[in-house]
Formats: sequence, structure tokens, C-alpha cells
Amino acid sequence: MSEFLFLFRGSQRLARSPEEIQKSMQKWVAWFRELNQKGVVKDPGNPLDASGKVVRGHGKDVHDGPYAEAKDLINGYVLIEAPTIDQAVELSKSCPILEDGGSVEVRPISKF
Amino acid sequence: MNVDEHLFRREAGRLTSALTRVFGVHNLALAEDVVQDAFCRALEIWPIRGVPDNPSAWLMTTARNRALDIVRRQRTANTFAPELGRMLDSEWTLAPVLDEILAADAIPDSMLRLMFSCCHPRLSESVRVALILNILCGFSVQEIAGAFASGHAAVEKRIVRGKKVLAESKHLFDTAVPADFSDRLPAVQRALYLLFNEGYHGASPVAAVRAELCNEAIRLSAVLLQHQLGGTPATYALAALMALTAARLPARTDASGNLVALFDQDRTLWDQTRLSEGMRLLELSASGAELTEYHIEAAMASVHALARRAEDTDWDAIISLYESLIAINPSPIVALNRAIAIAQRDGPDRGLAAIAAISNHERLASYPFYSAAVGELELRRGNRQRARSHFQTSLEKARNATERRFFEQRIAACDRPSAQPPDAAFLDASLEPCRMSDGEEDQ
Repeated sequence: MSEFLFLFRGSQRLARSPEEIQKSMQKWVAWFRELNQKGVVKDPGNPLDASGKVVRGHGKDVHDGPYAEAKDLINGYVLIEAPTIDQAVELSKSCPILEDGGSVEVRPISKF
Repeated sequence: MNVDEHLFRREAGRLTSALTRVFGVHNLALAEDVVQDAFCRALEIWPIRGVPDNPSAWLMTTARNRALDIVRRQRTANTFAPELGRMLDSEWTLAPVLDEILAADAIPDSMLRLMFSCCHPRLSESVRVALILNILCGFSVQEIAGAFASGHAAVEKRIVRGKKVLAESKHLFDTAVPADFSDRLPAVQRALYLLFNEGYHGASPVAAVRAELCNEAIRLSAVLLQHQLGGTPATYALAALMALTAARLPARTDASGNLVALFDQDRTLWDQTRLSEGMRLLELSASGAELTEYHIEAAMASVHALARRAEDTDWDAIISLYESLIAINPSPIVALNRAIAIAQRDGPDRGLAAIAAISNHERLASYPFYSAAVGELELRRGNRQRARSHFQTSLEKARNATERRFFEQRIAACDRPSAQPPDAAFLDASLEPCRMSDGEEDQ
């Protein structure tokens, strides 16, 4: 069994009505429930706040976030267990973020 | 870990009302941003961490913390609620004041303050209704336009204009001043009545959307009833009218979404809980000297509610209630409905005579149910051709798809050779629906 980090990119912070937020919430809750029922969630991870700092280069320059356009911003992660990357990718395909123009980056955790 | 249906929409109104008391009515947009922010955080966190045990409290706490942060950062540059004086300036008072305003038991009063503010005398009735739907019920412009089968731009214009007037009014309406409260109460009742009617008689082809509007009107009326000055006989009558009428919603549309006339409805589908709630409210409305239109309409709804079968309806009672209503509101639509009730009791000839006697009937020229009523009675007299042409007129004047479908069915009924069932299809159109035409000019 291998481990994969799902990185969610793309903002949830679209201008949406309460009813649309409700629908989106239901999809997310259903998706996480499905992952949990399959027993593939190694660590439920965390959402990330949109604020933050970037420290860069020899000069140790400190920059305020955001670092990228909203669609490229990482806003959360989950650690998943799956036999192969193909199966991990398959699990990511029902993530609701895809419907909102976001993406899921599936990265294998390196093993030594 | 399930989320209540419409949780976010419901919470939007509660949170916005509470935050507006902190930020001031001129900062309504800021309050709305904070609410949106709290919702987005929920969307990021709940799926992963699980939905909290008390989602409302979670959202309120999130909004509170954000509000605290905003006040601290902006208090030199921005002025907040003038009602709070300098209470937000000092750390000694800031958090306690915020917590007092955002406490669960303070929310109904905050909602009323905003609801009364939305019924500002400078705003037309359609703007008031649109504002209440947007701010207190959490409907987006898009959703309101859909519910009213109205253009997006027209609804947006109404809401933008309404919010501008709200912002300029500087102070939120103060529900603690009895004289002001009583002055504005009729406008608030009227807005809720129109909101309800838009749900019950409205243009949206989606029955669920219309039921939601009715539910919202009932929910806000309940908040009004809770208030010491809000629970007047007229408010009880309004709430009774809503409950008794909404009880019929499950029977009002058939499986394909077509309107079912009051007389063809399966009365076993009527919501018994709502009916008994309506009767209870109607009893509570019977005090004081004031007889309002809400009282009369609620009484009429109760007459229908008490008839187990359509043919058991007490027409004498209905006709005399219409006469009381005409005394208060001499509208030709009310007179038309009285004529229809007379036809039910005394037959189509007497009904047509009563319609012909309506004094200001030219005002009904654009009202599609006027020609439909004549058509229906002609059909009952067996004059199929004449009936057909009246329904054709109605069809041309229909204001939305639901009405169009209904008149098409009536035209088809004229063409069927079989005997017609004695229905009063149009009777359910009794109350005048809220008109929110796109061409309407808002002062």
C-alpha cells in the first residue's frame, strides 16, 4: 500500500448564494464520507488559510501571500492510501472541487 | 454528519441581521461579506473536520471572530453602528457588546430591526419584498429573479436601489420605540403578505420554489409574532391566513406541476398540522376592535379548511366575508371573487349577472382571471364557443407559464364533448398576486 497526498487547488471563495454553498457542502461531505467508507483516508489533513508568508532566496526575503492566482492556490490537503497511483487518481476524480474549476494534485509520498 | 436543508440560507438572514447591528446599516455590505466569509470557511473545514454539532453556533462564532478582527483593524478609519456610541472603541467593552448582540436570544429582534428597515417609506412595495428576500431570506438576485419569473437586471436594480436607501437611512429601525413600531408595522405585514402571495399564486413554474417563499413568509411572521409589539391581532390574522392557505400547498399542484383548482384538490392531502395551527392563530387574532383584510381572508381560508368536500363549502359565509372585504377594499378583483362565490351558490346565471354588475370592471381588463371567470360560467351554461373565446382572451393575458398551461387546459376542456365537472377552477386565484412586472418604475 502506498500513500498519496491530495493537494486541493482552486478557491472555494467564489461568489455564491447560501443555497449554492449548501449544495457544494453536501457534495464535499458526501465525497469525504465515500473516502472514509472505502477506508482510504490515512489522515484527513487540514484546510489551509488563504493568508501566509513566503520566504525566498539568499536574502531571506519575506513576502505576503497570496502567492499565486486563486486557481493555483493550495487550500487544503488529505493523505490517502491506495495500492497504485492510478487507483489514487481514480479516487480523486469524484472530488467536488473539479466542478468548480479547481484541481486535485495527486503526489506519491516518497519511500526510502 | 448531515446539514439541515437550507441551513445556509436561514443563517444568512440571522447573521446579517446581527452583524448589521454591530457595523451599522450603512455597512450592510461589510456584514454580508463577513457572512460570506464564514460560509466559505465552513465549506473548507466541515467536509474534513466533520459538520459541527451545532452548525449555527459554529457559523456565529466564526462571524463573531471575524467581526472582532474587523472592528479592531478598522475602528479608526471606519465608523460603525452609531447606536453603539463608543462601545466598540475600547477593548473593555468591545467583546462584551459584540457577544450581547450576537447572542442567540438577541437575533429575532435584530432580524426585526432589519426587516422594518427594509420597509422604509421611500421604497416601493416590490423593492421591500425583494430586499427582504435577499437580505433576510438569503436568496441571491438570480434566485429571486427565478422565483418571480422576472428579469435579472430588474431585480438587481430593485435591490441596489433598496440597499442604497438603507445605507442612507444611517440608523437601523429601532424596534424599542412603540410609536415608530406601530407606524411601520402595517408596511411590514403587507410585505410579508405579498411575499406569501408570490409563493402561493406566484409565477415560478417550480412548485418547490413557491413553497419555499411561503415558508419564508411564515418563518418571518413567526419572528414578528414573538415581539411584544409585533403580536397584534392583525399579525395573528396574517399568520393564520398563511398557515391555513399553505396547508393546501401539497394538493395545489399535480405530479406534472400543473395548478389544481381549489375545488379539484384532494383534500386529504391538506397539511393537518398547518390547518390546526392556522385555526389556533385565527382564534388568537380575534381580539380588539380592528377588522383587517387579513382577518377576513383568514376567515375565508378557514371556511374552506372546514369543508371536508368541496360541495360542503359554506357559500353564505364566503359571500358575506367577500362583502366585508369589499367594504374595506373596494377592489374589482374582490368583487369578481364574490361573483364567483355567488355562482357557486346560486348557479352560473346569477354569477354572470354579478360579474356584469361589477362597477369598476374596466380595471380588470388586463387581469387574466376576469375573462376566465366569465368563460368558466359560460362553459357551465353549455356555451362552449363563448367559453372558449373567453379562455382564449385569458391565455393572451397570462402572465407566466403556469397560468398559460392552466388556460390551455380550460380551452381543451371546452373542446371535449363530455360533460364538464362542476368545478370552480378560477376560485383559487382569489387573492391578487404580488405584481412585480419588469416595467415597474420604483419612484
